[in-house]
Amino acid sequence: MRVIDYQEIVDAVAKLCMEGNFDLGQDVLNALHRGYETEASAPGKDILNQLIKNAEIARNEQVPMCQDCGVAVVFVEMGQDLTLSGGYINDAITDGVIKGYAEGYLRKSMCDPFTRKNTGNNAPPIIHTQIVPGENLKITVAPKGGGSENMSAIAMLPPSAGIEGAKQFIIERVRQAGPNPCPPIVVGVGIGGNFETCALLAKKALLRDIGEPSPIKEVAEIEEDLLKRINNLGIGPGGLGGRITALGVAVEVYPCHIASFPVAVNINCHAARHKSIVL
Amino acid sequence: MTVHHLTTPLTDADLANLKIGDQVLLSGVVYTGRDAAHKRLVDLVNQGKELPIDLEGHVIYYVGPAPAKPGQVIGSAGPTTSYRMDAYAPTLIEQKGLKGMIGKGSRNDQVKEAMVKHKAVYFGATGGAGALLAKCIKSAEVIAYPELGPEAVRKLVVEDLPLTVINDIYGGDLYEEGVKKYRIE
Repeated sequence: MRVIDYQEIVDAVAKLCMEGNFDLGQDVLNALHRGYETEASAPGKDILNQLIKNAEIARNEQVPMCQDCGVAVVFVEMGQDLTLSGGYINDAITDGVIKGYAEGYLRKSMCDPFTRKNTGNNAPPIIHTQIVPGENLKITVAPKGGGSENMSAIAMLPPSAGIEGAKQFIIERVRQAGPNPCPPIVVGVGIGGNFETCALLAKKALLRDIGEPSPIKEVAEIEEDLLKRINNLGIGPGGLGGRITALGVAVEVYPCHIASFPVAVNINCHAARHKSIVL
Repeated sequence: MTVHHLTTPLTDADLANLKIGDQVLLSGVVYTGRDAAHKRLVDLVNQGKELPIDLEGHVIYYVGPAPAKPGQVIGSAGPTTSYRMDAYAPTLIEQKGLKGMIGKGSRNDQVKEAMVKHKAVYFGATGGAGALLAKCIKSAEVIAYPELGPEAVRKLVVEDLPLTVINDIYGGDLYEEGVKKYRIE
């Protein structure tokens, strides 16, 4: 049984929180550059140019690309042959988030849902843990902004709605969101599972690199069709009108009950932030 | 593309020149406020009490900035989504002379009507460009509700803050017009 030290996890999580907020992934940057080339609207091009410059400033000056440094969403894949010395894993992750948000001068956005009082340290994070074979620990930190999260939705569709019904629900959600989630957006979709699993699939879809299609051919075709139809909405960068409303669409699927057809759409702004480490 | 250089406070004559889609480079004092601060300000108005800031002719920027690093004036400071302030904005426009709002995303009909009736405009700043926009902020001080942390009311002095006119005093809406132009059925 491999043993991993509590503090090693704290330090790793802190680093991932900072890197995630400072360093926009190359996949997103490439998509912004491609979008700039194809965007037909002049104000739309200007917005894309600002976002590219913004990413450069954030990386060079080690400052957050967006003032909304997000809820710290943490995905953990813990090998079943691994144990921890010095404390409980969720405490280590929480301590790492507190450290990362303090040392990185990141905005603290977590509050009590009723009193709205800020917790002051961006804790607690939202942790999704999976036990996997082996003795490694993979940690992914995905800071998620509130503005785009608010535009997300789930529907328990009747199976008769079919794939086209699911697509219409997703496209309509993006249309209604309009300029609110800071387009160009990244769209994560979950299809199948049950109520809570479907939403989690949509969130996990956002971890995939932009432009990387689903390995399942039929799902990749759905992604391609959704991206085309979403970009036909005309919302454009900043919502000012244009061709580039979404940089990418990723769909994750799971079997579901014979009575159900759950569909979830989790919207992300262009800052599809996620950094991983394997310890 | 028309570019206007404006300095706060804004006059009705300044606003009369602005049309949807125009670019504005805004300088001068701008106040920050988002959900929690707006609730407090409007509660004060409803109780007939004085506000901690004079909004006559002024502009509120919907932003909760990131903390400043040592040597920085302010941390990243891009706009937050504006619809959450829709419940409060008409009161500040009608009763306190608020002339401008900076944010991102659509406003509801009540806000749009108040902007036409009382002459106020809604500016869009680029959502997601917080590190870039912070470069236009030359000074920042918390002047009310420090206990709200990122949601405290700050007095900012900005220089050439790049904005787009989304809603003008004539009832225009750039978001609606832009989508119509590029939508493919």
